[in-house]
Amino acid sequence: MNLPESSLIEPRFLDAGEAALVVEFGLAVDPAINDHVLALERALAALALPGVRETVPTFRSLMIHYDPLVIDRATLVERVRGLETQPAPPRAAVRWTVPCCYEPPWGEDVAQIATLAGLTPERVVALHTSTELRVYMYGFVPGFCYLGRLPELAISRRASVRAPHPPNTVLVADSMCVITTVSMPTGWWLIGRTPERLFAPAREPTFLVGVGDALRFAAIDRASFDALEARAAAGELVAKRERLA
Amino acid sequence: MSAALELRAAGPAVSLQDAGRFGLMRFGVTAAGPMDPLAFATANRAVGAPADAAAIEISLGGLEVTSVGATLPVALAGGAFDVSLDGIALPPAVRLALEPGARLRVRAGAAGAWCYLAVGGRIDVAPMLGSVATHVRSGLGGLGGRALAAGDLLPVRDPAPVEPGAAALAAPWLERPGELIRVILGPQADYFAADQIAALCDGPWTVSPRSDRMAYILDGPRLGHARGFNIVSDGIVMGAIQVPGDGQPIVLMADRQVTGGYPKIATVIGPDLGRLAQNRPSARVRFAVVTIADAVAARRAERTALQNGPLIQAALSSERLLGVNLIGGVTSGR
Repeated sequence: MNLPESSLIEPRFLDAGEAALVVEFGLAVDPAINDHVLALERALAALALPGVRETVPTFRSLMIHYDPLVIDRATLVERVRGLETQPAPPRAAVRWTVPCCYEPPWGEDVAQIATLAGLTPERVVALHTSTELRVYMYGFVPGFCYLGRLPELAISRRASVRAPHPPNTVLVADSMCVITTVSMPTGWWLIGRTPERLFAPAREPTFLVGVGDALRFAAIDRASFDALEARAAAGELVAKRERLA
Repeated sequence: MSAALELRAAGPAVSLQDAGRFGLMRFGVTAAGPMDPLAFATANRAVGAPADAAAIEISLGGLEVTSVGATLPVALAGGAFDVSLDGIALPPAVRLALEPGARLRVRAGAAGAWCYLAVGGRIDVAPMLGSVATHVRSGLGGLGGRALAAGDLLPVRDPAPVEPGAAALAAPWLERPGELIRVILGPQADYFAADQIAALCDGPWTVSPRSDRMAYILDGPRLGHARGFNIVSDGIVMGAIQVPGDGQPIVLMADRQVTGGYPKIATVIGPDLGRLAQNRPSARVRFAVVTIADAVAARRAERTALQNGPLIQAALSSERLLGVNLIGGVTSGR
């Protein structure tokens, strides 16, 4: 889904204390806004400014952690302003195909998601596998990334938090999807589970996907899940990576 | 036998920390690191270790530790904890020679919530994602990603030369009243009306008993939002004051999530993170709005004091050690 370009605003410079600057490009979940965030991050990395410690891209802003005793805010803002006239970058360069089992017990909420969205369970799975999603940002815990969007699944979260589910569970709510990396309680709905690990500290790559990558799910049955789970547990990548032209 | 620190007892939330796990926030990885960065760096300086070297963060739960294999130079700095070596009381900020079998006990004392034990030499624990900073929630750092516990052995490589006896530390930059905390407004101050920003400053707030390394929750008036309380998630720094839908402010601390979806009314300045962290549950807190220039000046002053300030006040003779309770003027952590 492409929102109108008008949702992109003139960048705002917000302070998160004296050692972090937030460059905000909009207030919405929008691929055009996220593209600008990533373009700024790449351009800033290329500049290698002394005093810039680390950057954190989010849906609609870039947080720049800096050492104010090395680079002052005014200089940092000036350098960022000088960068943002650069053209927007191309769309996703990498696309992942991630296996996902929607069968019980992993897809325990598929029927409930269908009821809430006014769809059949088959349609919910078809939507989830046919929509090309974008990796918008990481957050919450290591390797936990936010994927969007799924406008037909604009369903509210649970009224109360569910008991912890296993890691690598795929959750949906509010037109968004997440792949969890730890066992945790959740207010989201369980649509399935992938055998892939998006975060594996002892593996190279430690983090599977990059912000801005495209990602789609491929439905697998329970037997395939078990087979792929064994391979993934042994350190093998079971998602497919394609380079896009 | 190679040198090590052996933990005889450790309360909850005692953990190994270095300066933090940086560079991976973009992948959702929390930096963790010390709750009181200035006290942490002070303890490291007192044993001649790099400012970001691994040290033990001691909670109100306390710690009992000894050395094995070699006498190790260690230092304590932070809150006004009760410290004793083989039953003899020591000042709360102190450098000493920890002999094999000698029992160094650190217990919650008159004030302060966190205290740091640094060692001359390198605590040799395998880094995870480039750091040994413990973040229990994601199972990273320390020993297997968990808090420290009785029986743990922390190998120490390249132990530094030991000066015998003990010496009180003079670190006046750690004498920080914790009640008035300086903040910079934003990044979402525009989600709050002027009277709510005034209410943030006035409080009065008390630190909730539910506070921990992740967040200090503030009990007091409820703050209202002018433009709703849901925002599209953006980055969170240590010290961000987030106001969720129920209006109860939460100061996000070392173990916070790196991103979040509630408006952040203000951000505690770097030099005041430690003084806020040293407040115990039920301590009173107020906030004062300052400018970025004020915050940067405070940072510069803090760095200068830490790098150049006097540190070793006086060697404690054995007679003095016995009478150490009479010594005044040592760092109180208040």
